[in-house]
Amino acid sequence: MTRISTAPNDQGPAAGNAVEVHGIVKHFGTTKALDGVDLTVREGTVLGVLGPNGAGKTTLVRVLSTLIRPDAGTAFVGGYDVLRQPKQLRRTIGLTGQYASVDELLSGYENLYLIGRLLDLSRRDAKARATELLERFSLTEAAKRPAKTYSGGMRRRLDLAASMIGRPRVLYLDEPTTGLDPRTRNEVWDEVQRMVAEGSTVLLTTQYMEEAEQLAGELTVIDRGRVIAAGGIAELKAQVGGRTLQIRAAHPAELPEMARCLHDSGVTATFSTDTGLLSVPITADEQLTTVIGVLGTRGFAVAGIDTKLPSLDEVFLAITGKPADRPAPADAAPSLAKEPVA
Amino acid sequence: MTTATLSPVRADTRIGLAGHLRHVGALTRRNLMRIKADPESMFDAILMPIIFTVLFVYVFGGAISGGQDAYKQYMIPGLLGQTGLTLAMAVGTGLNSDFQTGVMDRFRTLPIGRSSVLLSKIAAETCRALLSFSIMIVFSLVIGFELKGGVLQTLAAVGLSLVFGMSIVWISMLLGMALRSAQAVQGVSMLVLMPMQFGSSIFAPTDTMPGWLQSFTKVNPLSALADACRALMNGQGAVAHPTLIVLAWSVGITAVFAPLAVARFRKRT
Repeated sequence: MTRISTAPNDQGPAAGNAVEVHGIVKHFGTTKALDGVDLTVREGTVLGVLGPNGAGKTTLVRVLSTLIRPDAGTAFVGGYDVLRQPKQLRRTIGLTGQYASVDELLSGYENLYLIGRLLDLSRRDAKARATELLERFSLTEAAKRPAKTYSGGMRRRLDLAASMIGRPRVLYLDEPTTGLDPRTRNEVWDEVQRMVAEGSTVLLTTQYMEEAEQLAGELTVIDRGRVIAAGGIAELKAQVGGRTLQIRAAHPAELPEMARCLHDSGVTATFSTDTGLLSVPITADEQLTTVIGVLGTRGFAVAGIDTKLPSLDEVFLAITGKPADRPAPADAAPSLAKEPVA
Repeated sequence: MTTATLSPVRADTRIGLAGHLRHVGALTRRNLMRIKADPESMFDAILMPIIFTVLFVYVFGGAISGGQDAYKQYMIPGLLGQTGLTLAMAVGTGLNSDFQTGVMDRFRTLPIGRSSVLLSKIAAETCRALLSFSIMIVFSLVIGFELKGGVLQTLAAVGLSLVFGMSIVWISMLLGMALRSAQAVQGVSMLVLMPMQFGSSIFAPTDTMPGWLQSFTKVNPLSALADACRALMNGQGAVAHPTLIVLAWSVGITAVFAPLAVARFRKRT
């Protein structure tokens, strides 16, 4: 019996929402991994789910992939109920996990061909699709080699390719760049941006504000299984203070004087003599010119200039007023020392 | 509200027989390619029957049957069943390590029947067992075993060992999913295997064993399997009775453990 209905039931999701999650709860023993999560991903957009390790990001993705059943709440993906229509739902999604889920003993080509066949492509189509995606992800040369010989970035690309075989409407990327070096990370970002340009809807989990800003239009911040903030990237950035300009003084003794001059020009700056850094919150690009101009005309020697996005810690601090109570990832930016200007 | 504009690729939820066969076929191909990529995983299937034959024929043969030639004819047919059982019990270990990697998650997010993954294991394992049986029979012929019962009967013995072995695969897969680590699976498998294979008529006639042990060996399906293979390959002794017992056990074990294994696979998160 063929079902043609695409609007599965009455309390189904609103039109235009690729993912709709209401009050999802999931316990593991006595731990509440998800404690009433609500979120929505509009069709054709990218939602970033930002949170520290253990916030419940992966559990959320696993619920939305039908890998685990939630204890309470409802979730619809592509119009399908995760609990009642798992089979249809699986046809609409692609999943790239935190750990590349490819068969290490098989070649890149064989991995993709296998998934094509499992998605009911004909032999010829599965072959063509595998070849096409290998080409697209720059894996053609390595196509015949076992995946265990691939570098971390190549594996992640193969995993991305694998999740795209069935041209899924909704793609889950669970920490797609965790553990990758910066160059490989940029390669993965480029690919994700391309998928989005081609119309995919993406739910992306990440620990990095920078990654969320690069890829996502909207952001949901979760901690201990709860949503603690949600909205457009611009709104949230305004809330957490956007970028910070960091200036390394050549002579740390000049820091108080530098801060005072900036203050006179209407720019608030903080400094730390321990780190030798002057920090200026930036809300508009013109402020960069102002700061450089002021310091230049006064003849201060500057040893380094950098702009920083707020780290996950700072985002948490801004939203909750307290830092994330888990150890921050090793490569997160250190918190800026805050000292009031005298 | 009528539209969820995301129309799925196929709204049909039923997979159908052709689809199931295609999925099992594709996954079996994967399992066989894994063997090809990791030939060392075939060591047990290739070498174990040879080592067992050599050890038992030449170490115990003289003592048990008063001569190696007589013992070959006695023990080698039973070794078919023992080999099938040992290979079958190894499946759970492989399944357990599949779960440790992300591959199983990938399969579980695909619109395929849950049983396909398990059935493909059985299919690949059948190929492995057939290779192992062939090697064992060829090696036995080389060291002087005589196929007194004829080729067809030998094939029947192979088939019977295979049927029984594949029923045991379901138990092994259930263990593979129920226990936490691959090592634990291996340990428990050994605990099941040792008494099963030695507490049977495979290696020695049971009539010298004490009464309490005989009551175990009598109900041990491996005894029936060894008796059936022996009768078939030597062309003497009752065939029908032990064969029926083996088939009954195989059907019974499959009927109980296949649904349990599939249910466990569905539930496993």
